[in-house]
Amino acid sequence: MTLKRVLLGAAATIALAPAAMADRGSDGHVNIFYWQAPSILNSYLSSGTKDMESASLVVEPLAGFDEKGVIFPRLAAEIPTVENGGVSADLTSITWKLKEGLLWSDGTPVTSADVVFTAEYCMHPEGGCAQLSKFEGVKSVEALDDLTVKITFSAPKPNPYQALVGAPSPIIQKAQFAECLGAKAPECTAANTGPIGTGPFRVTDFKPNDVIQMEANPNYRDPAKPAFATLTLKGGGDAEAAARAVLETGEFDYAWNTQLAPDVLAGMEAAGKGTVINAFGTLVERLEMNMTDPSPDLAEGERATAKHPHPILSDIRVRQALSKAIDRTTLVEVGYGKAGRPTCNIVPAPEMFASDNTGCIAQDVEGAKALLDEAGWTDSDGDGVRDKDGKKLSLLYQTSTNAVRQDFQALIKQWWNDIGVEVELKNIDASVYFGGDPGSPDTFQKFYADVEMYANNFDGTDPEAYLAQLACDKAPRPETQWQGENMPRYCDPAYDALVAELGATGELAKRTELAKKMNDMVTKDSFTTVPLVDRGRLSAHSNTLGGVSLNTWDSELWNVSDWFRVK
Amino acid sequence: MLSYTIRRLLIAIPTLLLISLVIFLLLDLAPGDPLSDQPLTIPPEVREKMRTALGLDESVWVRYVLWLKQFFWVEPLYTIDRIFGTSFAQDQLRILSWQFRSPAMDVIWQRMPQTLTVVGMAYVIGTLIAIPIGILSAYRQYSWFDQIGTFISMIGFSVPTFFTGVVLIIIFAVKLQWFPSIYDTTLEVTDWASFKAQTRQMVMPVTVLALFNASQISRFMRASMLDNLGQDYVRTARAKGMSESVVVLKHVLRNSLIPVVTVIALGVPSIFGGAIITEQVFKVNGLGQLLITAIHANDLPMVQTLTFIFAVLIVFFNLIADILYGVLDPRIRYD
Amino acid sequence: MTDTAPAQKVDQAMAPPRSQWWDVWDQFKTHKGALIGLFIFALILIGVIAGPWLWNVDGAFLDVRKKNAGMSLIHPMGTDQLGRDQLARMIAGGKVSIAVGMTAMALSLFLGTLVGVMAGYFKRLDGPLMRLTDLFLALPLLPLLLLMVTLFREPLSQRFGPETGIFCLIVFAIGITSWMHTARIVRGDVLTMKEREFVLAARSIGTPARRVVTRHVLPNVMSPIMVSATLGIANAIITESALSFLGLGFPPDFPTWGRLLFEGVSYMQQFPERVIWPGLAISLTVLSVNYIGDGLRDALDPRIRGR
Repeated sequence: MTLKRVLLGAAATIALAPAAMADRGSDGHVNIFYWQAPSILNSYLSSGTKDMESASLVVEPLAGFDEKGVIFPRLAAEIPTVENGGVSADLTSITWKLKEGLLWSDGTPVTSADVVFTAEYCMHPEGGCAQLSKFEGVKSVEALDDLTVKITFSAPKPNPYQALVGAPSPIIQKAQFAECLGAKAPECTAANTGPIGTGPFRVTDFKPNDVIQMEANPNYRDPAKPAFATLTLKGGGDAEAAARAVLETGEFDYAWNTQLAPDVLAGMEAAGKGTVINAFGTLVERLEMNMTDPSPDLAEGERATAKHPHPILSDIRVRQALSKAIDRTTLVEVGYGKAGRPTCNIVPAPEMFASDNTGCIAQDVEGAKALLDEAGWTDSDGDGVRDKDGKKLSLLYQTSTNAVRQDFQALIKQWWNDIGVEVELKNIDASVYFGGDPGSPDTFQKFYADVEMYANNFDGTDPEAYLAQLACDKAPRPETQWQGENMPRYCDPAYDALVAELGATGELAKRTELAKKMNDMVTKDSFTTVPLVDRGRLSAHSNTLGGVSLNTWDSELWNVSDWFRVK
Repeated sequence: MLSYTIRRLLIAIPTLLLISLVIFLLLDLAPGDPLSDQPLTIPPEVREKMRTALGLDESVWVRYVLWLKQFFWVEPLYTIDRIFGTSFAQDQLRILSWQFRSPAMDVIWQRMPQTLTVVGMAYVIGTLIAIPIGILSAYRQYSWFDQIGTFISMIGFSVPTFFTGVVLIIIFAVKLQWFPSIYDTTLEVTDWASFKAQTRQMVMPVTVLALFNASQISRFMRASMLDNLGQDYVRTARAKGMSESVVVLKHVLRNSLIPVVTVIALGVPSIFGGAIITEQVFKVNGLGQLLITAIHANDLPMVQTLTFIFAVLIVFFNLIADILYGVLDPRIRYD
Repeated sequence: MTDTAPAQKVDQAMAPPRSQWWDVWDQFKTHKGALIGLFIFALILIGVIAGPWLWNVDGAFLDVRKKNAGMSLIHPMGTDQLGRDQLARMIAGGKVSIAVGMTAMALSLFLGTLVGVMAGYFKRLDGPLMRLTDLFLALPLLPLLLLMVTLFREPLSQRFGPETGIFCLIVFAIGITSWMHTARIVRGDVLTMKEREFVLAARSIGTPARRVVTRHVLPNVMSPIMVSATLGIANAIITESALSFLGLGFPPDFPTWGRLLFEGVSYMQQFPERVIWPGLAISLTVLSVNYIGDGLRDALDPRIRGR
């Protein structure tokens, strides 16, 4: 994989040289396919990946992340740090300076008032802003002069690069959105579907959930870019159709998220029209072990709550045995191919935060059996299923409906059957499973099952908020209307103390150390979360499209201004 | 018949109101969450605020009455405004889709052309093929023509469109490269070249749908013709020396049309409903795709509006079918 | 036919009296298509019921090293992407698909015919029943199914066990959402039938409504019902696969023909046998049921039987 990456990078740099000299719009038209079609171009109202990434063609934040996860300035002149004085020494404020001479696509200048307005827009109490958590702890945002903005935090902020950084929180034009504050936000249809921006393209036609047409922004800050004069972003269908349109028929130049079975993808790539690219981020497919009893015999309101510990999975030996029985390498081979790798961590990246924990990778069936024996689960009646005190070792294993997840379920069921665990499988429509409807018994928060599988990741490069999700009080329960992110209901006061400590630590070395420790506590020390696969992102581009560099830390279309036609 | 029609039209109003209420309650009770497609990185407190912004914290009755007002009062006003350039609506809130945060009716109008051209065309072609095939199959029962027709129509509806569609794409788009695999909704027919492009992109979806529709209708046509061909009046007509074509096409056909009219009347509203799977396979992005994505995203205002329009069409076309029964068979009396 | 008729008459006069069903069977036997259909359908049924004894391989056992194998003696229909034996999965899937297809079709036909006959024959019921049909036609299918699954999946699986519980749920769900077409079609036919002379005659001699319906009206609307039945089986098998695929149906490790076909579609180019077998099985079942239906209809029609 690394060799391929180097080669790709080399090809891109060689090819980049002539493109840099090309004129804006000299390469004609480019076709992009997002099989989940974008429905709105305002990521403050919807942060679905499809919406956020298509909006990133038009609007830009102060700073973004490159393909290695390193922050770089977009609208800002430079990245403020403690060293250059942009971040105050006590970490309570950050001062951004805009590039000079920036223009909106309508020709008016970009000023600090727009930045202040953007913050105000998202922090409005009635707006229902999807990126509100990025503005957590922001006390005030003020303009110091036309190009300078100061963000003050109510407490020291070890990671100040959240608000207005990265594709999900771009700067919007004050003149366009001035009437759209708060409850009025959703009513500004024209602005929400055709924002005026600073990015390389501007919208000419928007058909929600179908197709967006764009043209090069005449006021883009680099006069030679973008190389394409017009752009079409089409949606609809499924990942297979997307991959086919790029790799087999060549109708499209770029297809987003072509996550297909490795065999199928390899077959399509053999047609020779396009290339599949992949990159790894922080997305981890994991099993969560329910620490509470989901038995339907319990009263509603007590079921799957901390009042009743799980009769089987409360024993760490059982959880460890279940993890040991899994062959993660095979899972990757079947489900993800080169877009996945086995992992034992819930924080697999960035490198400085990732623990060196690899103990789970090798499958150990005998070890798993021994652990179950030790825990007192033996097959006393000879039916192939272990039991203890007249209770069978039987588990309900649920996940969302998705071809790869169902293959994983089948594989894991077989491995668990091999160690004498009976497994019942259940799959649930994703819109119900991931929806937080407290009335439905099938949501992943309610967790009315023994084991569940899904994937989760974190925004940007800092795992603080992500690790804090496993604090005791984040467990979904009736009092919180079943909202919360601590699905396994993991609860350890020592962990909660580390969450608090991480929130107060600014020094990077110390932060990485804490994060690794917390990662190990929930994985190899307790096995409440059993990571399976570190899932990369997989996209495809045609062989005639150059300059593509897949980025998992920001929008996938982050460098669309550098794309060009290979001639 | 006139008084019957008027009475039915009057009854349609409370019926439709009841249907709209049932749909609304059903959608409200069904599990799901409009925020389920938002990434897991959004914390629960923020989600709660987003829900409030959608108006989800109101009770179901308040939301229903609001929808009724918007659908029956505000939306017509906007339509009038748009046609006559008046300003009756005065910025009253329209039905806003939760996915798009834009008026649901605008998106529906936007989707109409591609659905009507592709699905509507397929239905017309399907019906036009099916009726002669059904007649001929029945008239020459168990002939080679009938056997082949039966075989093809069985394949037509026993093999799902998600399969036939992909087969066509692989053969004609990937291997032969005759037709595009992705439907371009931005294409406007202005000259011969764009007309050709439009025809090329319509060939595959129309074929798949027309095959499916034709196989269904031709089976009913055939069965009904067979029933009537054995009747006494046919023998009488023949005995009177009428020509075979008059007997079959005038007497038998007219009497056999009742079930076919029913099937066609049931099918016409479904043109509006779009063809969910075919639209997905060929990326036509018409009303069917709009409905299914709205259901998956739990975009209740959009689903409610679409299904209600669908309900109006169903009630209307079933009424037309009932009136046609009376025309085809004057013995049928409703009064 | 004309010269054998007198001989037949003599035979019939000499033969002991026999029930009408023998005549039906005799007529059915002369229908070649129906006999072939019956034969194929029986073959499929036997294969599906006796299959597990004849082909002793566990369809759930997976062996990743043997994934996507072609057709061979060990795996006559090849293996899938997880190395499961396709033949064993086809057998297991057929049992479910045919059971669901037949019962759901029967339920929807029963409901449809009942509503259709009632509405067509009794003027007072026409309005309410047809408005009910309109309502059901208008309901969006997916939210309705989601709601039903949410409400009934757990109670049903607790009562009857996960498999039977979900089977009942799916059959009910498909039946309750697919009877409307049959109802409208049957009603239309009953409306004309009601005004025919023989029905008027039956009514004028005071035959009770129940007997008029069962003896005079129903037999004469059999042909659209038969067509609905064939369409209904195909529809049920495919709807079931859509339900399972959405996670509303059987557990994911439970193969059905529809699901095998759906899963195979993405592998179609490299491994065409993944779609050919399930596609063939569904088509053959529908085709054979159609021919049996054709034969039955002819055999039940006294006008044709006499010819």
